[in-house]
Amino acid sequence: MSKVISMKQAIDKIQDSSVIMIGGFLAVGTPEGLIDAVVSRGYKDLTIIANDTGFPDKGIGKLVVNRQVKKAIVSHVGTNPETGRQMNANELEVELSPQGTLIERIRSGGAGLGGVLTPTGVGTVVAAGKPTITIDGREFLLEKPLRADVALVKAHKADTAGNLVFRMSTRNFNPQIATAAAVVIAEVEKIVPVGEIAPDEVMVPGIFITSIVQA
Amino acid sequence: MENRILIAKRVAQELEDGDVVNLGIGIPTLVANYIANDKQVILHSENGFIGLGPAGETTDPDLSNAGGQPAGILPGGATFDSAMSFVIVRGGHLDATVLGALEVDQEGNLANWMVPGKIVPGMGGAMDLVVGAKRVIVAMEHVGKGGVPKIVRKCTLPLTASQEVDLIITDLCVFQVTNPGLLLTEIAPGVTLQTVREATAADYIISPDIKEMAV
Repeated sequence: MSKVISMKQAIDKIQDSSVIMIGGFLAVGTPEGLIDAVVSRGYKDLTIIANDTGFPDKGIGKLVVNRQVKKAIVSHVGTNPETGRQMNANELEVELSPQGTLIERIRSGGAGLGGVLTPTGVGTVVAAGKPTITIDGREFLLEKPLRADVALVKAHKADTAGNLVFRMSTRNFNPQIATAAAVVIAEVEKIVPVGEIAPDEVMVPGIFITSIVQA
Repeated sequence: MENRILIAKRVAQELEDGDVVNLGIGIPTLVANYIANDKQVILHSENGFIGLGPAGETTDPDLSNAGGQPAGILPGGATFDSAMSFVIVRGGHLDATVLGALEVDQEGNLANWMVPGKIVPGMGGAMDLVVGAKRVIVAMEHVGKGGVPKIVRKCTLPLTASQEVDLIITDLCVFQVTNPGLLLTEIAPGVTLQTVREATAADYIISPDIKEMAV
């Protein structure tokens, strides 16, 4: 059974106040078509979990500029001045998580784990309010898992069963977010029949993918 | 010689053949230009690959460096997702990371990710890099705007990590972070001990073997 659906069908799976994970790193490997569709539909009060908020005119930044984001859980907002402006004006809540911590929080969400113990952030403001646990003499922070209602993934190639292949540095957060949401939509540049992607080439197994849209 | 180039050249001398290294943005990025031809240093890009090289004449929109700029991958390089990228970072697989600083103190504490009330770009991967790399090298101009010392007794800005810095290389000198405190081991050509004293707001020991930077 083919998982390919239309952009409209894909966007119908989101609603106001949805928690959405979005792939990409400074708008490389970001599903721009899905973001544009979410902008057009105008959903409000979204919580976004992603590496960063892109740029005002590129990537996740478009959702921020269109004032659709209530909360962003990200590692970096420096490339999008509008995120900083809304944050300082208390219009947008930003939870900053170190990049390596953020990806492990998503991974543990997708892997059914209760969180991750990391040395990153010990002795800094990141540790505020979090339990610390000493293991073999070294201090670690307990960071909680993250899950989402919907994950929006970008891939180079997919077969109709949802097996994904990425190019170059576009993989970034995409494989982990594909495991950590109730509904996972992959925007892909090239859709091929089942059997055309060899099992050894698959980077994300199709079982994680709910639906595919053509980029 | 321009200050930034002097610093980059001196940092390049610290890197050994076969090292896997992550270079931050700004002066650290310049280091790649001054690595001796007889050393093969493998650069890690935290957005998801090793083998970072200069962007070619035809750029690939699917390949950028961790600053979102076009990049290249050298032969033998490899791409991966963000979880693997931070396995490399946090798991002790980086021989060194080179970063800039807003402040660094005599205990090896580093602040380089935010100025409260002014700039809050987020830590990105910096906290993981500083905790995880085997060696942490701070590469920066010795003083900030208006001649304000950046090497201090105790950092006042929010920390990136606690007691992780190993070496500080500036346009004036080189400090090793040692158990009794900062050790002044090298001084830039034409710079006096008096100049270093006036530009440094930390306590330090002058090495009995102090020498001129060989750049």
